[in-house]
Amino acid sequence: MSTTTVSTYGDTLDVSQTARIPMTRLVKVELRKMVDTRAGMWLMIAIGVITAIASIIFGFVGHDEDRTFGHFLGFAGTPQGFLLPVLGILLVTQEWGQRTGMVTFTLEPHRGKVLLAKVYALIVLAVTAIILAFVVALLTTAIFGGTDRWSDFTPIDILKVSIGQFCGMAQGFAFGLLLLVSAAAIVTYFVLPQVITILVNVIPALEDKASWLDFNTAQQNLFSFGDGDLSSKEWTQLLVTGAFWLVLPFIAGLWRVLRAEVK
Amino acid sequence: MIKLEGVSKRYGDFVAVDNVSFVAQPGRVTGFLGPNGAGKSTSMRIMVGLTPLDRGTCTIGGLKYADIPNPGRHVGVLLDASAQHAGRTGREVLALTALTMGLPMVKVDEMLTLVGLTDKESSRRVKNYSLGMRQRLGLANALIGDPSVLILDEPANGLDPAGIHWMRSLLRNYAERGGTVLLSSHLLHEVEMIADEMVLIGRGKIVAQGTKAELLKTAGTFVKPESPDALVAALSTAGIKASPSGDGGFRAECDPIDIGRAAAAAGVVLTELRPAEGEGLEELFLELTADDAREPVAGATPQIGVPA
Repeated sequence: MSTTTVSTYGDTLDVSQTARIPMTRLVKVELRKMVDTRAGMWLMIAIGVITAIASIIFGFVGHDEDRTFGHFLGFAGTPQGFLLPVLGILLVTQEWGQRTGMVTFTLEPHRGKVLLAKVYALIVLAVTAIILAFVVALLTTAIFGGTDRWSDFTPIDILKVSIGQFCGMAQGFAFGLLLLVSAAAIVTYFVLPQVITILVNVIPALEDKASWLDFNTAQQNLFSFGDGDLSSKEWTQLLVTGAFWLVLPFIAGLWRVLRAEVK
Repeated sequence: MIKLEGVSKRYGDFVAVDNVSFVAQPGRVTGFLGPNGAGKSTSMRIMVGLTPLDRGTCTIGGLKYADIPNPGRHVGVLLDASAQHAGRTGREVLALTALTMGLPMVKVDEMLTLVGLTDKESSRRVKNYSLGMRQRLGLANALIGDPSVLILDEPANGLDPAGIHWMRSLLRNYAERGGTVLLSSHLLHEVEMIADEMVLIGRGKIVAQGTKAELLKTAGTFVKPESPDALVAALSTAGIKASPSGDGGFRAECDPIDIGRAAAAAGVVLTELRPAEGEGLEELFLELTADDAREPVAGATPQIGVPA
């Protein structure tokens, strides 16, 4: 309140001079939320450090014929594959678990906008992480690579691994939306695929249909480097399982969050 | 101005907020008073859109909350001082709010000074804060956007007497500059100290509202005679119902002048005759909420505090 507005508040709010909160600002806020707690900061640092260490260890102990770019990329990408979905989960669930949603959704009552900002923030993060993985893979291949180090490098792998990492992160985000509890979402994210894989393996009728039912099985092809593009059947399997295990939970979670009472 | 008209919210069979209507005026501190679970917090969450309402309308300055652009610049909200990320520092909590609203970071320091959190305290993580410190941080978070309306749920909870005194002058000052303040409490003396207007709620229903003076008016008169029997006789002749209150005193639902006249007509000597004051308000609060309180009135008494 400045002195010029003394006693001039009427019965109505004058909002003509107030702009809506731009999306860029909301995205900045969400990115900041990922690193401004000790837990968030260490998760970030852990992703970076584990990515580098895994690649370097492989550089020292791997067989000559295995020390190719594709394998280095696999080592750089695997820790991320575990940790990025956790970040995706936490970005949603902290609003409920730590109850910060009461402030977040009061400052921006359009919850869809806040969720979109979170998605953008996650995309920024995922792109950063993927670039980091590639830089690490390039460096370690150059330093530690075997005789045929670049033999399995194909540009399509960049696309494949990127899609794979995005899927994981997006699925984490969707599970977070759906369950709104960190522990439950993380456990579900990691355990559910195992259960599905076991089910698919023990039920004979499902065995040869695993790629059509299990998102993880369908994704395996994304992480096999040097094999070139996926077949159209494999892309379709990815779409079908993705629709069920990613898009469906996302829509259900979105429906829940937009209607949920924040308390 | 905050305006609720016929607002209702139910959870299954339980009606949390039942046809609630009231107005919190600019330039006034409005106290929202009721026992635990009466529907205060639910009503406040409805005001800012965190809880969807089933029926009725709720506007702030004539607008639905969701239609206010960058609402933190117009409406300061503190709904639960504990609803902060335990791992963030107090300063970071305010910085996130300032960043969201598009405010310069210098506002963060201004607010920390205003609510009396030192540099050392503000760089500690919220999990190490006492409830009183969280309330101060929450108040800073509500005030940072220079809003013209404040919605505060139990803001005095956890503050020491000096803190409550400090908050009273802060909110009083704020209202005198034309701001609208709505604050809730389950403690009568807290609200009595700070608020100009009171809205009493019990089991989801508004049971009374008005200024302190208006509410006291309905609380009647306290009278103490030399001879109780003579007064009871005089009052029943005059058709005034009175009930014993305190040591040899009576309370009646009428103005002091009516009792004075009845006593004079019968020649009864009075040792005390006055409008029922502080304790009248307290009795009113207990009476109005008795049916709706979770505890029997006797059990609730220690919670309310000693009458002044």
